[in-house]
Amino acid sequence: MPSALINVPRKAKRGDIIEIKTLMSHIMETGYRHTVSGEVVPRDIVTSFVCRFNGTEIFRADLFPAISANPFFSFFTTVTESGKFDFEWTGDKGFSETASASISVE
Amino acid sequence: MSLARTIAIAGLLVATAVSAAEAPQDQRRSGFTFMTPETQAMQDDDTANPGMLWVLDGETLWKAKTGAADKACADCHGDAAASMKGVAARYPAFDKALGRPVDLEQRINLCRTDHQQAPPLPYESRELLALTAFVAKQSQGSAIEAGSDPQLEPFIAKGRALYGQRQGQLNLACSNCHEENWDKRLAGSAITQGHATGYPLYRLEWQTLGSLQRRLRACLTGIRAQAYDFGSPELIALELYLMSRAKGMSMESPAVRP
Repeated sequence: MPSALINVPRKAKRGDIIEIKTLMSHIMETGYRHTVSGEVVPRDIVTSFVCRFNGTEIFRADLFPAISANPFFSFFTTVTESGKFDFEWTGDKGFSETASASISVE
Repeated sequence: MSLARTIAIAGLLVATAVSAAEAPQDQRRSGFTFMTPETQAMQDDDTANPGMLWVLDGETLWKAKTGAADKACADCHGDAAASMKGVAARYPAFDKALGRPVDLEQRINLCRTDHQQAPPLPYESRELLALTAFVAKQSQGSAIEAGSDPQLEPFIAKGRALYGQRQGQLNLACSNCHEENWDKRLAGSAITQGHATGYPLYRLEWQTLGSLQRRLRACLTGIRAQAYDFGSPELIALELYLMSRAKGMSMESPAVRP
């Protein structure tokens, strides 16, 4: 049951700096752990996170095995026009999740 | 003379025992107050609190039909925001049919087996934690009322006895840390007063949500005692005692702890 929590202000004034917060549900299995019988637990992590605003990429992050479960991102951007933020997480085992949030700029 | 002295000494001993037993009501502190401002902010912000991921899953499960009866929780209980408000603050509660207290996880599983005719969910499974977190979230901010039922008294007494009973290779009782040394630190971590106000909660160390039973078992392993099994009468008695001891404090579920 993967799910995301997104926090984007609904409204902002033109030129405002806004904070965007995202939380993605994921186990982030490192690939360095072993089972009791000695087998490696295969790596299962989110490898990349992208945020686009009206189709243009504004933030990107690569993720690695040392990042904790349920990765949380907080970043800032300047708003110039109303539009839609699209978020995309991709990872191991074909993991791919998307979410979006709209903002209206006055 | 000597008899009077013996009585006086006995009286002193009783007074000491009582003062060491429980923190006075106005000095009780949630584990929240021992955390850094950063971790407190994480708990307070519903979009940064990872426990909310389980609450969201729980909301989905609440509405999902399951079992041979093909019923969802919502089919009987309706809107959880109304029907479940304050419920978690009363658990563990006395179950008349079983003649013993059950905690919130057991209540959910009893509902599943009796009314949904579905198999019970395993302890610490994502589904059971999600449903418990979702139900407990509806009581966020409510005052804890567990243990008010007079039928629970013998079970609270059992929990209190277990809480004060030394055990394990380190020969420690819960009270040795959480009553006598809660203002100190253990290997850099705050020793809290052990008020179970926020369960199920997200522990950063676990990187997942966990129940109060998991926490208690981890403490027992820490003092190198044999941990009681999930669902054992001992763990329920301890849960019940801890919740009755926290009576009047605010529910925080889903809390975040380091």
